[in-house]
Amino acid sequence: MNLNLSDEQEFLRDAARDALSRQATVVAAREGLEDPAAVLDLWPLAIEAGWTGLLVSEEHGGAGLGAYEAILVAIEAGKVLAGAPLLGPLPASLLLDRGGAAVTADVAAGERRAAWLPARPPSSLEPAWTVDPRAGRARAAAPTAAVDGDTVTFTGTVSWVPDAGEADLLVVVGVTAEGAPVAGVVATDAAGVHVEPTWRYDATRRLAHVTLDGAVGERLALGDQDIAAAWYLTHALIAAESLGAVETALAASVAYAKDRFTFGRAIGSYQAVKHGIVEILRRQENTRSLLIYTGFAFSDVPEEFPYAASAARSVGGAALDYAAREQIAVHGGIGATWEHDAPLTFRRAQLSRRLVGGTDDATDRVAEELLAGRGPRRD
Amino acid sequence: MDLNDTPEQAQYRAQIRSWLEEHRAEAPILHGEGALTDPDEILAARRAWQRRLAEGGLAGAVWPKEYGGQGVGPIETVIISQEMRRARVPGILDVIGVGMLGPTIIAHGTEDQKLRHLGPMLHADEVWCQLFSEPGAGSDLAAVATRAEQQDDGSWKLNGQKVWTTNAQFAAFGLLLARTNPAVPKHKGMTMFIVPMDAPGITVRGLRQISGEAEFNEVFFDDVSIPADSVVGGVDNGWGVGLTTLMFERLTIGLGSEAFGYDGARFARALAADPAACADPHVRRELGEIAAELESIRWTGYRSISDLQGGQIPGPEFGLAKVTTVNNAVRAGDLIADVLGPDALDEDSEWAYMISFLPGLKSAGGTEEILRNTIGERVLGLPTEPRLDKGVAFSELRALEKEASAS
Repeated sequence: MNLNLSDEQEFLRDAARDALSRQATVVAAREGLEDPAAVLDLWPLAIEAGWTGLLVSEEHGGAGLGAYEAILVAIEAGKVLAGAPLLGPLPASLLLDRGGAAVTADVAAGERRAAWLPARPPSSLEPAWTVDPRAGRARAAAPTAAVDGDTVTFTGTVSWVPDAGEADLLVVVGVTAEGAPVAGVVATDAAGVHVEPTWRYDATRRLAHVTLDGAVGERLALGDQDIAAAWYLTHALIAAESLGAVETALAASVAYAKDRFTFGRAIGSYQAVKHGIVEILRRQENTRSLLIYTGFAFSDVPEEFPYAASAARSVGGAALDYAAREQIAVHGGIGATWEHDAPLTFRRAQLSRRLVGGTDDATDRVAEELLAGRGPRRD
Repeated sequence: MDLNDTPEQAQYRAQIRSWLEEHRAEAPILHGEGALTDPDEILAARRAWQRRLAEGGLAGAVWPKEYGGQGVGPIETVIISQEMRRARVPGILDVIGVGMLGPTIIAHGTEDQKLRHLGPMLHADEVWCQLFSEPGAGSDLAAVATRAEQQDDGSWKLNGQKVWTTNAQFAAFGLLLARTNPAVPKHKGMTMFIVPMDAPGITVRGLRQISGEAEFNEVFFDDVSIPADSVVGGVDNGWGVGLTTLMFERLTIGLGSEAFGYDGARFARALAADPAACADPHVRRELGEIAAELESIRWTGYRSISDLQGGQIPGPEFGLAKVTTVNNAVRAGDLIADVLGPDALDEDSEWAYMISFLPGLKSAGGTEEILRNTIGERVLGLPTEPRLDKGVAFSELRALEKEASAS
């Protein structure tokens, strides 16, 4: 058993770290809250670092790598709160590649930007394909899809879509009148496509509400399991970004707890503070373990990928929630001000847990898989 | 990322698997249909099974060959326990002796001690117990107060009490940590001894736990005399010897945490039969959180195996796996009993046993608080708490503690 990174994986991780270190991502996260123009567009960096074609097979002009490599990149992006274009483009590129779309090579090369409109696979409590609603507890129906040969016509609305505002292409999942999922690729300048860019609370996350009104696109030849994989891949990426942000919060909290004295003692010597910080470590390492599983499942046991990625998002999302609050608590009053970066981690945590189904939905999926007897295979 | 065995490991696994195929019929049945019920019969059967495992090279495999082991590495131990779980046969009877005390004697004992004790320990002819914890020395193990006083003829006289002693009721020997010099700070005045459990003056009393079963004992020492050559690792050097035992304890527990059977799929099966529970978002959320955390521990275990394979000792942060395991099992017990109702608390229910077992497990092998302290300090480098006992002679500590509680 060897879970160490390969030389190639280490190179990819170090290159991502290096490229991101040349951008003032944390400054942008703060300034972007007041000045939308300060938000960095990291698309050129994504192209240069090879992220656009990371999941695209070599025959379609990509690097042919797997979810674990994408996870390694997302961890690095999360560490510096970078608004990296990953959540929209990576699942989109996966579906374009697997669906054999002609445009895949352009997407892999970064010449065209694609974003995926997240669609949630059915479960026993929610037996239809659904999308995130604009507001409220009830999930929204996925767009309708009418297939005509190689084309498909979509009508419907998907809210809070990552990276769609900057995209040239949308990878859409709709359902036919029979309830079957169909994936297609639609150009954002096609008739009937309306994209309304927006953001909330975390300036690094570019979002959009997308409305399709009889929008016609190319149909992608994909089965249910492939379409579902995009949903779980997004879970994995959010978990990985969360892990990166947790690592930074832990390091900052440890440094401050050693440095700050009260009543003649470093605050890190108090058990109440120490144990809270160790709890960040515990959740951080649990998330790391599940992301290793997720990467392994994607490549080697795809039937366990939904379970693994959902578990990673459940634990990783809770880890970021916890770390974001604990970091503020350890820092005392200053942690709740703009003098510190802690509020930026907190903003990241608050928004992330509510995107793409939310952390809770991933937790529910873990239970769903186990109750249906689809848990991990054990020898 | 490669979860597969190397060719050498695969060959070793095949060898272990074929031995188990051949001998599994000799294993005692401890649970389910046809299980043994008489405690004496169970004990005898488990002794015999450990002997067979030792002969087959499956017990004490990491021990050096000269003492009856196979001289293999920790990965091979993991392979053995995986294959034994797969074959559904019980493990060895004397996990504490073979896993922790034997390695301590190998590291610190005299040649005579090794030759006398290791063979019978490995073959379960003589079962061992660990005489470390006391009513006043748990997390702060260096506070042991059991006295060993050397007599004019060189022998030692023991007085005091030990507690949480697994297997003491049938152990032939114990490894005992005792105070030999109270005039020096507490870590410096202890010595490790080998004690025959049939020595006059030793009383063993069962300690019933929440479940009603007595898996532990209290052991009392009343003017017990043991010979001069009982000392392991030198007089007043007991703390260093004990740390070796605790390191092996961490490895034994850490690599075996999956063996508790606290697993999301098992808990889900208990709930899946109840349609209302399956459709209840609160039950699902609780189950999902528990299962996801427990799943992470399986992969944390693989990470530690991968580290071992790369020649690294897994770091103390792996101790957090115990915190995750115990706390989620506690949640699972509550969830399952909430769904199943009082029947889950029936004495014969597997859940009643688990629910009763866990509150104690929370403190076993180091309380959660001590684990978090250790990991905060050793892994994250956080400062230690100020302490009263540094540089103070053990004999003066009690007065100091009284003074502090009065002020």
